[in-house]
Amino acid sequence: MPTPAELAEFENEVDGWFKENNPANPGFILPETFMEVGTDAQFEFLRDWQAKVYEAGYVGMAWPKEYGGGGQDQAFQDLATRAMAKNRTPFLLNTIGLNWAGPLILQMSTDEDKQRYIPGILSAQDIWCQGFSEPDHGSDLGSAQCRAVKDGDEYVGNGSKIWTSLGSYAKYMILLARTDTNAPNKYAGLSFFLAPMTVPGVDPQPIKKLTGEYGFCQTYFNDARIPGSCLLGEEGAGWQVAMITLTFERGATGGQAGGLASMDLNVNDVVELARRAQRNGKSAIEDPLIRDDLVRLLIESESNSLMAKRAGITALASDWPNAVPMSGKLRGSELKRRMCKLAVSLQGANGARFVAADAIDGGMWQRSYFNAFSSTIGGGTSQIQKNILGERILGLPK
Amino acid sequence: MEINEEQTMLLETAMSFCREKSPMTAVREGIAKVATHDGALWQEMVDLGWLSVAVPEEMGGLGMGIESVVPIIESMGRYLVSSPYLATTLAIHSIATSGSEAQQQRWLPALASGAIGTVALTEAEGSWLLDEVACTATVDTEIRLSGKKCQVLDVQEADFVVVSVQIDGTARLVVVTREQLPRENICREVVIDETRRSYTLDLNGLTIDEDQVLPGNDFQAIEQAALLLLTAEMSGGMSAVLHVIVDYLTTRKQFDQFIGSYQALKHPTVDILLSEEGCKSHVYHAAAVMAEGDPMQTEVAVRMAKAQASEAFAYAGDRAVQFHGGFGFTYECDAQLFLRRALWCQHQFGDERHHRQMLAPLLLD
Repeated sequence: MPTPAELAEFENEVDGWFKENNPANPGFILPETFMEVGTDAQFEFLRDWQAKVYEAGYVGMAWPKEYGGGGQDQAFQDLATRAMAKNRTPFLLNTIGLNWAGPLILQMSTDEDKQRYIPGILSAQDIWCQGFSEPDHGSDLGSAQCRAVKDGDEYVGNGSKIWTSLGSYAKYMILLARTDTNAPNKYAGLSFFLAPMTVPGVDPQPIKKLTGEYGFCQTYFNDARIPGSCLLGEEGAGWQVAMITLTFERGATGGQAGGLASMDLNVNDVVELARRAQRNGKSAIEDPLIRDDLVRLLIESESNSLMAKRAGITALASDWPNAVPMSGKLRGSELKRRMCKLAVSLQGANGARFVAADAIDGGMWQRSYFNAFSSTIGGGTSQIQKNILGERILGLPK
Repeated sequence: MEINEEQTMLLETAMSFCREKSPMTAVREGIAKVATHDGALWQEMVDLGWLSVAVPEEMGGLGMGIESVVPIIESMGRYLVSSPYLATTLAIHSIATSGSEAQQQRWLPALASGAIGTVALTEAEGSWLLDEVACTATVDTEIRLSGKKCQVLDVQEADFVVVSVQIDGTARLVVVTREQLPRENICREVVIDETRRSYTLDLNGLTIDEDQVLPGNDFQAIEQAALLLLTAEMSGGMSAVLHVIVDYLTTRKQFDQFIGSYQALKHPTVDILLSEEGCKSHVYHAAAVMAEGDPMQTEVAVRMAKAQASEAFAYAGDRAVQFHGGFGFTYECDAQLFLRRALWCQHQFGDERHHRQMLAPLLLD
């Protein structure tokens, strides 16, 4: 365990490093998360940034040294991640690798796999993507139909995966595919692969988003031959491995490499925008209706953070103790969407502009509003979340 | 945010006490009974030490701080307990924050051991600005009061009433005792929450002594306490009304289906659940901030709490009636009890619009 003095010293050091090395504005609008990387210039810029952070030793600090990690206490990584947020640095590009694939490999896989995959994840040399969702199975992961049929030492992949962020740049995919169509239930027929994106028959096709930008792919498999050694866990145990992966997604277990996963806009940014934006010749923050909207948003944002604090205090649990942890995604994503919507709507006639130099903040708020739907839809829509909360927390019938 | 062992125990005791003493049948009997409060129940609360919680130790109390009353009031709100506890606690806090040491010595030990108190702060036009009062006290050989106070809780039984009046153009607080208060000056009001005993108090003709004028006039402290306690009561009420809704949604069938399976009812019920969770979080946060003692931070925390709770509880009550369908339209359905409670609480000490308006300069300028 590091001493408080060591931590304080490190905090100072890491804060200074990020202050000094936070890259200058590249001259083009940067994505907010790994799901919005649409141009090669954005990709190269972010890959270089992660490589630089890794070289400085501020990502994967708590991962084992023998695989390229820092072998240090998690507390150091937490401080480094906090320093990134504080200095509003770009996020770390290889999000799937750092947060899901990496921890999964470290927890479940062989020494050989760890040697092979972990260093590239940390340096952003090897980009990872995720192949869970399918076009016909959005929120219902267990019904995945993409096939991987065993043929000698290989599995032959056919079908497609959708919303594969960074698909065109990725070297590997965490893939959930159906290896057995005759299994006793739909879950038992699934297997989990650390699949190469570089073999023939894997074809990531970029999808144009509502923002007009790229960032996602639909990845097609046409007789793609996946080596049998890429199977993670037993054949037929894919569902269990996927569930472990999702616990990393929800951040419930720890073990991630750390680092900033998104550029975080918060309510105070909207308040600050309201000072600069004009409505009818006055600062928007002077408009009484806008003021009320802003205060509402500030209260809602405060509610969210207070709920998280109270959820950690057993004596203050309500009759529905799982309501807070299980609703985090719903509350957070809906708040963000409404926040961006307000940021657009307070801009007077300039609210009608979109991404361009003459828009307020380069049209960032309009784009953020559209991109906010990725979280209210992805990972189970808000409507599905409400069904789940109603049924599992309140016991309402299906 | 934190809760210590003492407060945790208080919360557990209060919840089980209120659950046992105030089943829905008792709530309805209390409404029908009209006149006085339940003296035996009051004595039990006194014996549990609940009236001593907010009274400073040197005045014969437990000195736990006004914020420690939160678990008690939350439990009362949960079971719609009808008692002069809220009014008495506000009277205690008013005297403790604005009274001289001699005045505290005179009244607080009595209140800690079961005397009933209340506060008379509202007037006919219904303003929430506590330091803008029309009633007056004129200082002569004695002090003569004039004007009318409204929505005074439990004054019929009160031994002491803290009244806001103008003295020489400044809003001040005075304490009127039972002996100085003729019964004919008190008139029962009809208010939306029938579990409340609310009265108009005619000050005309009342006289008090000079030593009944409090030297302080800390209306901010009174308002902050009132907001915290009302929000605690609403937090309890929200949990209860959510149970009422869920019980009906899981037992009532229409078109061969439990009505809770319809998303038109399910999704708003989840919204109510999340605002209930938010409300409880705001309450205990505000209590913790108040305990730390920074009045500006407390101001933000209690106003946010009251704004959030007022809107959320009123919505929950409104939907509770609607989701009960035809039964919801009847007096027999418990949903109306909560809608009435929600609307009463919403309009005490400022609704959500008022508090958002007060918060705007604190948060934005």
